[in-house]
Amino acid sequence: MSNEQEYINLFCTNRELIEKPCAAMLNEERSKAFERFKEAGLPDMKEENWLHTNVAAQFATDYGMNLGRVATEAGTRDIFTCDVPNLGTHKAYIVNDTFQAAANNNSLPTGVLFGSLNAIATELPALLTPFYNKLAAGGDSIAQFNTTFVQDGIVLYIPRNTEINETIQIVSLLQSKVEMMSNRRLLVILEEGAKASLLMCDHSSTAHKSLSTQVTEVFVSAGASLDIYELEETSESNCRLAHLFVQQQADSRFNHCNITLTNGFTRNYVNVQLAGKGGDTNITGLAIGDRKQHIDNRTLVEHKTSHCTSNELYKYILDEESVGVFAGKMLIQPDAQQTISQQTNRNLCLTKCAHMYAQPQLEIYADDVKCSHGSTVGQLDESALFYMQQRGIPKEEARHLLMYAFAGEVIENIKIEALRDRLHLLVEKRFRGELNRCKGCSLCK
Amino acid sequence: MGKKSNNIFKKIANKAYEFGFITNIKTDIIESGLNEEVIRLISKKKNEPEWLLEFRLQAYRYWLTQKMPTWPHLNIPPIDYQAISYYADPLKKKEKKNNEIDPELMKTFEKLGIPLEERLALSGTAVDAVMDSVSVKTTFKEELKEKGIIFCSMSEAVQEYPDLVRKYLGSVVNYRDNFFAALNSAVFSDGSFVYIPKGVRCPMELSTYFRINAANTGQFERTLIVADDNSYVSYLEGCTAPMRDENQLHAAIVEIIVCDNAEVKYSTVQNWYPGDAEGKGGVYNFVTKRGDCRGRNSKLSWTQVETGSAITWKYPSCVLRGDNSQGEFYSVALTNNYQQADTGTKMIHLGKNCSSTIISKGISAGHSQNSYRGLVRVSKNADGARNYSQCDSLLLGSKCGAHTFPYMDIHNNSAVIEHEATTSKISEDQLFYCNQRGIGTEEAIGLIVNGYAKEVLNKLPMEFAIEAQKLLSVSLEGAVG
Repeated sequence: MSNEQEYINLFCTNRELIEKPCAAMLNEERSKAFERFKEAGLPDMKEENWLHTNVAAQFATDYGMNLGRVATEAGTRDIFTCDVPNLGTHKAYIVNDTFQAAANNNSLPTGVLFGSLNAIATELPALLTPFYNKLAAGGDSIAQFNTTFVQDGIVLYIPRNTEINETIQIVSLLQSKVEMMSNRRLLVILEEGAKASLLMCDHSSTAHKSLSTQVTEVFVSAGASLDIYELEETSESNCRLAHLFVQQQADSRFNHCNITLTNGFTRNYVNVQLAGKGGDTNITGLAIGDRKQHIDNRTLVEHKTSHCTSNELYKYILDEESVGVFAGKMLIQPDAQQTISQQTNRNLCLTKCAHMYAQPQLEIYADDVKCSHGSTVGQLDESALFYMQQRGIPKEEARHLLMYAFAGEVIENIKIEALRDRLHLLVEKRFRGELNRCKGCSLCK
Repeated sequence: MGKKSNNIFKKIANKAYEFGFITNIKTDIIESGLNEEVIRLISKKKNEPEWLLEFRLQAYRYWLTQKMPTWPHLNIPPIDYQAISYYADPLKKKEKKNNEIDPELMKTFEKLGIPLEERLALSGTAVDAVMDSVSVKTTFKEELKEKGIIFCSMSEAVQEYPDLVRKYLGSVVNYRDNFFAALNSAVFSDGSFVYIPKGVRCPMELSTYFRINAANTGQFERTLIVADDNSYVSYLEGCTAPMRDENQLHAAIVEIIVCDNAEVKYSTVQNWYPGDAEGKGGVYNFVTKRGDCRGRNSKLSWTQVETGSAITWKYPSCVLRGDNSQGEFYSVALTNNYQQADTGTKMIHLGKNCSSTIISKGISAGHSQNSYRGLVRVSKNADGARNYSQCDSLLLGSKCGAHTFPYMDIHNNSAVIEHEATTSKISEDQLFYCNQRGIGTEEAIGLIVNGYAKEVLNKLPMEFAIEAQKLLSVSLEGAVG
């Protein structure tokens, strides 16, 4: 039986169990998504979008799924404390795929909703219906898979002209004694003029093989501003398939920074739609791979209207036998005149066995635009290394310095100072091989 | 300026195709359709040896198992392969007397600017003229023979140099390579065969001129160039077709083998009929071109100017197998009206210290779609690989599209790979600067477009460079600024 057939059967037999704890809105979208998944199946490596990433093989493991919504045994505090110093945040946890509120949050401004997707969808369906699965419905079959199996998630709703100064932090934890699959969901809605920054951390404390799908839908209304920082620090046994769909209205601003520090098999898909004039988007990413890690970042920035700007920067550092895949596309629709769009992809391969696949793409249907992309694959600058050695810096140290500087360009995009400093340190430690997971996890204690 | 330049762009889109005439000549066309019988018939007509027929049939059987790929950024209407005639011979009815050529044919080629009389010919260029499925005449054959150079049509080569053909045919582009390579291998008709012996520098440019004339036929030519050790050759290719409302299929294969220290320059000015202003008719140009730099220090350079064809779908490629070998690709692709192009190159680095350069300039006008798609692959053992790619696109009009799809597969940490692409329209500043100095908008656009393509045009041999420049500027003529 093929991998997808197993999941189709699983869904058909357990449909009632899956739907029982969920709000009507989730189940309605679920039926449609299931049909789409049934038709498309799991992606094949022959498909242009999956040429170098064998995702179907990741589904071969017999994962357990918490369809009965059994409560997790341990409280989050027992297994995780964030180790970023001086980072005051509003926290929420997703343990595997279950939402858990943090106990000690300061109060959020009135009108802000930050809580379980299921709970808010049951209570205020009219608020979420225009948004839930409206972007992800057009996604690939993995996004449909997520909508088919998702049972809960997190909603962040910020009303008009409300500004949240403290960072909102969502910590996803994987914790299981068996092979585990979790399907996570996030819905972020910013009304006109709202402003927030969101930090999403992915941690794992299981040595068993795990697979997590994550779909995030983000709606940034006119004049709103949002920063999202995603940090993956899981383990070699983890497979992460993440989707981020963003829709931006007029004069909105969106900044995304996606950092893969430690992982097993990762595929991140970022789709930004610039649907209103004057939108500005900045997406950046840093991937550091070694051993047999596989990091695939695919982005699609769609300029649907005129006068928008987009900027993209992705950097890879690949050591040992790691594989990096980058495919970024800028799609400029016929009416998107006066677009300024820039994409940069820089990659460092440190060993003979590290593979890099890069596909920076431009698809342009409007003439009054300024679009460019650049991509390079290379090594550390020999003359810079020599220069430093001449001045008494040992070769290894010089190498680290150069790599650190290479990564620095992405990290500088992080606007939360405490986080930025911490990341500088983490990246440096990562290069020295001192870091395999953060200190906060139970396994490291 | 906006309105005025819009008019100019409209005129570019309305430019006429000047090679669209039809030659009235009796042509022996076999019935349309494709099956094993047809392949046996083609092979019999050409009096081919058994092994070649077997090669064709093998390819045909493989083709039957294949589906047409759908990955390119092209909108290709379904092609009925049974409605095409796979062999058309304009020579047949006139029995050849002392190698005399039908005057109608002579006239046709003269009209195309390719005189077949050696005394009239462009000095320093030997021509192999191919109409439909047959080579009409090859000039300067004897003179070249003195140096040991073989330059003749493929059919002739099969008869006279079967060992050479057998050794190299299909060794660069296997019939299993892709859908159209399989089709071509099954039904290929004439093309050119070139062999440059060791240590010989070919004293003149070799060129093939392809002409489609008969209706409802496809052209499936096959060209094979072998440059032995320490040799050099510059080869040119040109092509035109009559204006017809139906689409015609052209699926060719070009194979090039470059041995130690040899150099091959391959230039194309592709001007197949592009279809009318509504996108009706035109040639589908689906070609597999590949060179194998087998020898050490070998060099292969592709230069192409693509202005014709309703749909162009080709990737002239270099397999850099020998150490220190070099691959180059220079391209100008101009699409107009409803033309579509998905073209680029593949640079496969296998040997050590190989370098490759890609310069691609796309120009889109009217409602056309112009895509660059290129692959740079560096294999595990290809130490010291170096690649530089630059892909620029120029948009003339708001209804057209320009797209860039580069692929980089890097499996070696000593590789240095760079890719850059930009897309923009003609800068208002540049136009204003020209206008200020008394140069009309139309002329200024012509200047800017030619300047933009200069980097590639400079790589063409003289005569071709002039033709290509004309082709580019024809599109800009006739509009009073």
